[in-house]
Amino acid sequence: MSDANNLPENNAPAEMPPVAPPSIIRISSRTAITLLLFTLAFTALMATIYFATKDDIDASARAEKMKLIDEVLPKTFYDNDLLADNIALPPIPALGLADDSAVFRARKEGKPVALVIEAAAPDGYSGRIGLLLAVDADGRLIAMRVTDHKETPGLGDYIDPRKDKNKASPWIGQFNNKRLDEVPLDQWKVKKDGGIFDARAGATISARAVTNAGGRAMAWIAPRREQLFALPVNAKFEE
Amino acid sequence: MGIYRDIAVSSLWKQNPILGQVLGLCPTLAITTSLINSFSLGLATALVMSLSNFTVSALRAFIPFEVRIPIFILIIAALVTVVDLAMNAWLHDLYLVLGIFIPLIVTNCIVLARVEAFAAKNAVLASTWDGFMMGIGLTAVLSVLGIVREFIGQGTLLSGIEMIIPDAQAIQILPEDYPGFLIGILPPGAFFILGLLMAARNWIEHRASERAKPLPQPAPA
Repeated sequence: MSDANNLPENNAPAEMPPVAPPSIIRISSRTAITLLLFTLAFTALMATIYFATKDDIDASARAEKMKLIDEVLPKTFYDNDLLADNIALPPIPALGLADDSAVFRARKEGKPVALVIEAAAPDGYSGRIGLLLAVDADGRLIAMRVTDHKETPGLGDYIDPRKDKNKASPWIGQFNNKRLDEVPLDQWKVKKDGGIFDARAGATISARAVTNAGGRAMAWIAPRREQLFALPVNAKFEE
Repeated sequence: MGIYRDIAVSSLWKQNPILGQVLGLCPTLAITTSLINSFSLGLATALVMSLSNFTVSALRAFIPFEVRIPIFILIIAALVTVVDLAMNAWLHDLYLVLGIFIPLIVTNCIVLARVEAFAAKNAVLASTWDGFMMGIGLTAVLSVLGIVREFIGQGTLLSGIEMIIPDAQAIQILPEDYPGFLIGILPPGAFFILGLLMAARNWIEHRASERAKPLPQPAPA
């Protein structure tokens, strides 16, 4: 394909200056219309792509959420539609949450099995650390996972088992099966602070933030567990 | 075909976006912690640059000169949005890693620089080629930075490849118990390595130009 096909330079309109220069209103409205046409055309392009990708994006957001939940709560534990059986939580400072969140309720044959609940540690080395906990109907922490964080790569990011170099027993695994009645809140700390949980040398701050936030979340959930299970689907939890 | 060859040479070496023009350093420093990240963001940028150069060149007859900048920005922003949505939908794992950097392609000055300096004045095919090759020149430098930083920082190559090819595995170059060297991962390390790359390029250029002028220039009258 030759360039000449795309270059109709010779018939470019040669605009001669008119005798009276066009008014400022005329010039600006013509420019505005050009801009508007471009805006319309490219907005239409974006809208088309938005609708073409929407289903796939929703599906991957859902799959991503399920993947996280699967890490704290194995699928064999429950038989209900977990994502559908949810209740809304207002912002709860005790959980470290400044926004609305959702609690998902796992049931097997209709009986309550576990709550999947979000929490956050506001005091990581580089800001907020998002957490996800699954707590069973007896108050046992099934597992906890870090959902998002900005801790230093290679240093504090071992709180996320995908980044933990110890694949055999990742750091966050030590919270599995812990219960508040066996590990009271004043023990729910890293060893350096007089608690029972390990932290890696040189990167205690990330571990401390996760540990303390986990303890606070457990303490918040314990007295409200039955209420959280009992609320109707899609209800909003109120203190 | 001379012009296409000139564009390629210029993009990859003489006017290389990073080493020659030193444009678009924000993603250069932020994303080049590993080869996969660098290469992927480089390719995403190359895609946006090809599309934006193509679009602007094809529409250049309709773009009033006085308001070309707002229109260029509109076109670039729309194309980045399209790439962002497409990656979110179809390359989701990679999107999770690059997600926050994709919108930043809008502000990568190399994209606007090529639209303004080249696509607004040249034919469609040459412009698309220019955008693509500039993007590849960018990708090449990002990849070198990524390789060096990943090696120093983690002792691996291709870590994160499972985001693109699910069964593939990173190559461990240094022993497993290599503790990692933080300077490789943090932005200051990127500055050091980028500085060395630029110095090397300047040195080669300088040597080439020394050789090219065997005679002293006659003084102008």
